[in-house]
Amino acid sequence: MKNSVEIKNLDLQFGAVKVLQNLNLEIGKGEFLVLLGSSGCGKSTLLNCIAGLLDVSGGQIHINDRNVTWAEPSERGIGMVFQSYALYPQMTVEGNLSFGLKNAKLPKSEIETRIKHASEVLQIEPLLKRKPAALSGGQRQRVAIGRALVRDVDVFLFDEPLSNLDAKLRADLRVEIKRLHHKLQNTMIYVTHDQIEAMTLADRIAIMRGGQIMQLGSPDEIYGRPVNKYVADFIGSPSMNFLDGQVKNGAFQVGDLTIPLDGYDFADSSGSAEGPATIGIRPEHVVTGELVENTPFQIEVEINLIEPTGSDTLVDCEVAGHHFRVRMDGQSKVSVGEKLRLGLAPSKASLFDAKTELRL
Amino acid sequence: MIDTPSTPLTGPQGPKPRKSFSRRNIFLYGTLLTIALFYALPLYVMFVTSLKGMPEIRLGNVFSPPLEVTFEPWVKAWSEACTGLTCNGLSTGFWNSVQITIPSVILSIIIASVNGYALSNWKFKGADAFFTILIFGAFIPYQVMLYPIVIMLREIGLYGSLGGLVLVHTVFGMPILTLLFRNYFTSLPEELFKAARVDGAGFWRIYTQVMVPMSLPIFTVAVILQVTGIWNDFLFGVVYTSPDNYPMTVSLNNIVNSTQGVKEYNVNMAATILTGLVPLSIYFVSGRLFVRGIAAGAVKG
Ligand SMILES: Nc1ncnc2c1ncn2[C@@H]1O[C@H](COP(=O)(O)OP(=O)(O)O)[C@@H](O)[C@H]1O
Ligand SMILES: [Mg+2]
Repeated sequence: MKNSVEIKNLDLQFGAVKVLQNLNLEIGKGEFLVLLGSSGCGKSTLLNCIAGLLDVSGGQIHINDRNVTWAEPSERGIGMVFQSYALYPQMTVEGNLSFGLKNAKLPKSEIETRIKHASEVLQIEPLLKRKPAALSGGQRQRVAIGRALVRDVDVFLFDEPLSNLDAKLRADLRVEIKRLHHKLQNTMIYVTHDQIEAMTLADRIAIMRGGQIMQLGSPDEIYGRPVNKYVADFIGSPSMNFLDGQVKNGAFQVGDLTIPLDGYDFADSSGSAEGPATIGIRPEHVVTGELVENTPFQIEVEINLIEPTGSDTLVDCEVAGHHFRVRMDGQSKVSVGEKLRLGLAPSKASLFDAKTELRL
Repeated sequence: MIDTPSTPLTGPQGPKPRKSFSRRNIFLYGTLLTIALFYALPLYVMFVTSLKGMPEIRLGNVFSPPLEVTFEPWVKAWSEACTGLTCNGLSTGFWNSVQITIPSVILSIIIASVNGYALSNWKFKGADAFFTILIFGAFIPYQVMLYPIVIMLREIGLYGSLGGLVLVHTVFGMPILTLLFRNYFTSLPEELFKAARVDGAGFWRIYTQVMVPMSLPIFTVAVILQVTGIWNDFLFGVVYTSPDNYPMTVSLNNIVNSTQGVKEYNVNMAATILTGLVPLSIYFVSGRLFVRGIAAGAVKG
C-alpha cells in the first residue's frame, strides 16, 4: 500500500519554543489515523503543518508522493474541518460549500454537481439556502464537513470536530464520520483529546505528548500493550490501577503480596526482568464472582466506595496500600464495607520499569 | 408525576422587591439629569436665539422662547453672511467640507482596514515593528508636524488644494484606525481565516469576501470617528488650504469673528447649528446601525 501522507523529521517552533521535534509519521492510503493527546501537546500544530497553515521550521511533508512542504494549503489536496466549524457567517450554506470551488475557478455545472452530491451524502439539502446562524451545532459541523467533501480531495483533516457538540450529538456524528470514511475510503487524520472518539474511529492511533509521538498503533495495541506508563494511564476510563513494587524471580512483589507473572509477555526478548517496577491492571480486567477461582492470583478486599453508572458499577478498594478500582457488572449487588474476592490474570496486566516508565 | 407541594409557601418568594425611591436611585437619576441639562441647555439657547430677530435678542431674555419666529437668520447664515470680503454665507464652506470629508473618510478607512487585516492575519516579517511605529505616530503632537507637512505638500504641488488636505486627513487617521481594525480582525476567529486559506482564497479574496462582510460594526465605528473628526477639523483646514477651499468650520469662525458691523447673535447661532448638523445626523443615523451591527454579531454564535 502506498503512503498517502508522509512526515519526515518535522520540526516546528514558535520563537524559542519547540512545539514539534523531529517528528516522523507515515499514513497509508485510506487510513483513518487519530492524533490523540492532552491539550497543548501539539496535535493542532501538527495538523496545521500538514495543511500548510503553519510554515515548518524543519523537515518535509509529502502528500500523495509529492513534496508539499512549501505548497499553499489549497494546492495540497486536503480538506479541513475545524472545531469551531469556521463557516463564513455572511454566506449561505451553498455559498460556504461553493467558495473554495469558485476560488479554484471550476465551471458552474461542476460546482452544482459537487454541491448536490455532498449535500446528499451529508443530508443537508434542505439547508442549502440558510445562513450558518440559522443552523444547529450538528448541522453546522455537517456543512463544515461538506466544505471539505466538495473539494474532492484525498486527505481529510479534522481538528477536534466534535468538541463543541453536546454528548448525544457527538456520539451520533461520530458514527456518521465513520460511515463517511467507509464510503469515501479516503485518508483521514483526526485530532482529538477524547479517547472514546479515538478508539471507536481509528485504524491507528498516535498518542502524542510534548510534541512527540509516544506510541503509534491500532486501538487494540494501544489499549492492550501500552508502551509506557503515560500511555497506559491516558487510555482507558476509569484509568488503569498502578501498584509500585519489585519484579523478582518471575513474580511481582508489592507489600506482602506476590503476584505470579506466568503468562506475562515480556517486551524484552529474554522473557524476563528484575528490579523495581510498576504493575498496571485495568479495572475491567479484574475478575469477581465465581470466575475468581480460575485466576492465578486471588485476594480479598474491603469495599470503600461504590460508583454505580448504570451499565457498570465501579468499586473502590485498597490493595497493598494502593488505591484500586474494579469494574463490576451494573447488576451486581455490593455494598460499602463488604468483603470482595478479586482475581487477577497477569497476561492482561502491564509492567513498567520504575525509572524509565517503559514497558517491561 | 411529582406532587406539587400542598401547603402554600411562606417567607420571601419570587422577585425581590426594589424601592424606587431609594437613596441610590435619587442620587443616580439626579446626577444624570443634571448632566443632561448641562449639555442640553446651551443647545436650547442656541436654537431659540437663532429663531429670534435682533430687536428681541436685545431685550436680553436668553432663555425665553421666541415671541416671533423668524427663519431669516438661518437663510442669512447659509447664503448671505459675510466672511471677510465675500458674502456667500456658509454654503461654500459646506461644499468644501463635503469634498474634503467624503474622500478622506473613504480613503482612510479602506487603507486602514487593509492595514489592520494584514497586521492581524498575515503575520509578515517586521509586522510588529511596523505596528509599533504606527502606534507611536499617534502620540506625536500635531503641532510638531504642521510646518514640515506644509513643505512636503508644497514640494508635491498639493499645498492649498483640497487634495492636499484629503491626503493629510488620510495620513493622520491611519494610526488610530489601523489599531481599531487590527484589534477587531484579531478578535475574529482565526479558524475562519484558516478555512478560507484551505479554500484557496488569497489576500484580497479573504479580505473582501470573508472579512469585510463580517465587519459592519467596526466600519460603522470608523465612519463615525472619521466623519466627525474630519468635519470638525479646523487647524488642518486653516493651515493647508487657501481661502477658496476653506472648510465649513473655518467659514463659521470667519462669520462669527467678523469685526464689521453689529454682532448678529441669531445668525451666529444658526451658522453654528448648521455646521454641527452633519456630525449630529451621523450619530443619529449610524448610532442605530451600530447597535444593530453589534446585535447581529452577538447572535451569530
Ligand atoms: N501561535 C503560537 N505561538 C506560540 N505558541 C503556540 C502557538 N500556537 C500554539 N502554541 C503552543 O504550542 C503548543 C501546542 O499547541 P496546540 O498544537 O494548539 O495543542 P493541542 O494539542 O491542544 O492542539 C501549546 O503549548 C501552545 O501553547
Ligand atoms: Mg488543538
